[in-house]
Amino acid sequence: MGTKLILDFEKPIIELESKIQEMRQLGETFDIQEEIINLEKKVEELRSQIYQNLTRWQRVQLARHPDRPQSLDYINNVFTDFIELHGDRRYRDDPAVVGGIAKLDGISCIVVGQQKGKDTKSNLLRNFGMSHPEGYRKALRLFELAEKFDKPIFTFLDTPGAYPGIEAEERGQAEAIARNIIRMCQLTVPIIVVIIGEGASGGAIGIGVGDRILMLENTWYSVISPESCSSILWRSWDFKEQAAEALKLTAKDLKEQGIIDIIVPEPIGGAHRKPDEMYLILKEILLNELRPLMSIPKKELVKKRRDKFIQMGVWITE
Amino acid sequence: MTWFLRTKKNIEETIQKEMPDGLWTKCPSCGEIIYKRQLEENLFTCHKCNHHFRIGTKEYIDIILDPGSFEELFTNIKSADPLNFVDSKPYTQRLESMYKSTGLNEAITTGKAKIAGKDIAFASMNFNFIGGSMGSVVGEKFYQIAKYALDKKIPYIIICASGGARMQEAAYSLMQLAKTSAILAELAEHQIPYIVILTDPTTGGVSASFGMLGDIIIAEPGALIGFAGPRVIEQTIRRKLPQGFQRAEFVLEHGFLDLIIHRKNMREKLITILNWF
Repeated sequence: MGTKLILDFEKPIIELESKIQEMRQLGETFDIQEEIINLEKKVEELRSQIYQNLTRWQRVQLARHPDRPQSLDYINNVFTDFIELHGDRRYRDDPAVVGGIAKLDGISCIVVGQQKGKDTKSNLLRNFGMSHPEGYRKALRLFELAEKFDKPIFTFLDTPGAYPGIEAEERGQAEAIARNIIRMCQLTVPIIVVIIGEGASGGAIGIGVGDRILMLENTWYSVISPESCSSILWRSWDFKEQAAEALKLTAKDLKEQGIIDIIVPEPIGGAHRKPDEMYLILKEILLNELRPLMSIPKKELVKKRRDKFIQMGVWITE
Repeated sequence: MTWFLRTKKNIEETIQKEMPDGLWTKCPSCGEIIYKRQLEENLFTCHKCNHHFRIGTKEYIDIILDPGSFEELFTNIKSADPLNFVDSKPYTQRLESMYKSTGLNEAITTGKAKIAGKDIAFASMNFNFIGGSMGSVVGEKFYQIAKYALDKKIPYIIICASGGARMQEAAYSLMQLAKTSAILAELAEHQIPYIVILTDPTTGGVSASFGMLGDIIIAEPGALIGFAGPRVIEQTIRRKLPQGFQRAEFVLEHGFLDLIIHRKNMREKLITILNWF
């Protein structure tokens, strides 16, 4: 493992851990077993204390952690028999969106996810998870495949936003997102949406309409990133912490707002600390959510999905 | 004693004539000074360069609908402040000052109307109300008027003008993209004509949902239409954007608009279009 990114609030834990490591080496010559056990206990306590009391901005940082499992990791580890399918059959293959056919515990399904890179090179290839219109159109044609063969759909949201560039505009970024959203309101197969990292704005909801919306514990989902919100409303990049607080963008917030259905718990310290544990947790929840959806008559499923989103929002009727 | 004596009359000091306030206006596009009454007669377009000035719902009602036919509906739906959002000032204060300065109750006005005697459901967005931004109320009023069109089996026409989703309602605003699209899916199933008129500017969450989902999508000349705003794009790609980028003509050329109609011809063309359905 290379050098890992250590976030500020993780430092006390990392320090204690390395101290334990040192003591273990010493333990070979001195009898300090008891102290090591005590310290280990302390680390556990510290860890749960820190991770249970993260600020919203700290959650945003965790959501962006470069070691976090990404769409392809979940697809490869939660599903079996994955065959990646490329291209939108219109213009090109957008590497910022991945998808294909797969099985979940033997059930054939379609998986689509927004894909970030793991290092500079792969991030350039994946455009940091910011898709062009063809990414949305690739997702759409995979959705159509699911509809045609009556297979459930799983989507994984992890994007800092749809790409704001010249070509993206020329090829109709707005239309591509709008088309996906309305189509996802029409598909008659079950759709389960999982926010696994960043869920930024229209770029995220472009593959984010479904029957069940799941959100991993350390992720965020909102109309804008805290940085951009800060730059627009505070006219400075320096208010990202305040913006994150104001936007109320964590899984817990969105559950309270009635926007998501389920918070998927992560191993202590985040999904990246124990990815294998994370895959098992997610697999179980996905199966639990999928089974009841598969027995709902199609018409009812679509109506329920539309009503779910139609009810979203808060207003006063005078 | 002076060496020279002025033999001719001194040049008189000219008293600078102030432009009488509110009588004249300058075209932001070509610089032409336009007499305001003439501008009004031209439906707020420049007689020289055809620049379409941004206008409000009140003006569109006069230009497009049968006189006196518009009846506003769903005025009882008002913004809440579900997140207690505070930036440089609290959201509730921002709303209050907007009600006062614009005289409007939200970034969208909805109602029933007639065009050439035909009943329609009508909505028009107000860009001067927090940038025409879409929050829960815009979503709900859009839903209600669309539902009205569905129940009455009449066409639904909307005039869009929006910078995008309303930040002060965060994720709730984002969900309005899905909410408005969900009801449009119903309309589509019941063959209710849905006609969109995009005006300057239509970007962000509105273009990425109901703005781009019309059976027929019309734009006014020169209207800025896109997903990302030009400033965001410039910051991202770190270069200047080409002339005419994201303008209606550009969007039409790239295949995302059905047609561009001059404001003067809007009503007449809408009548022809409505007659087709």
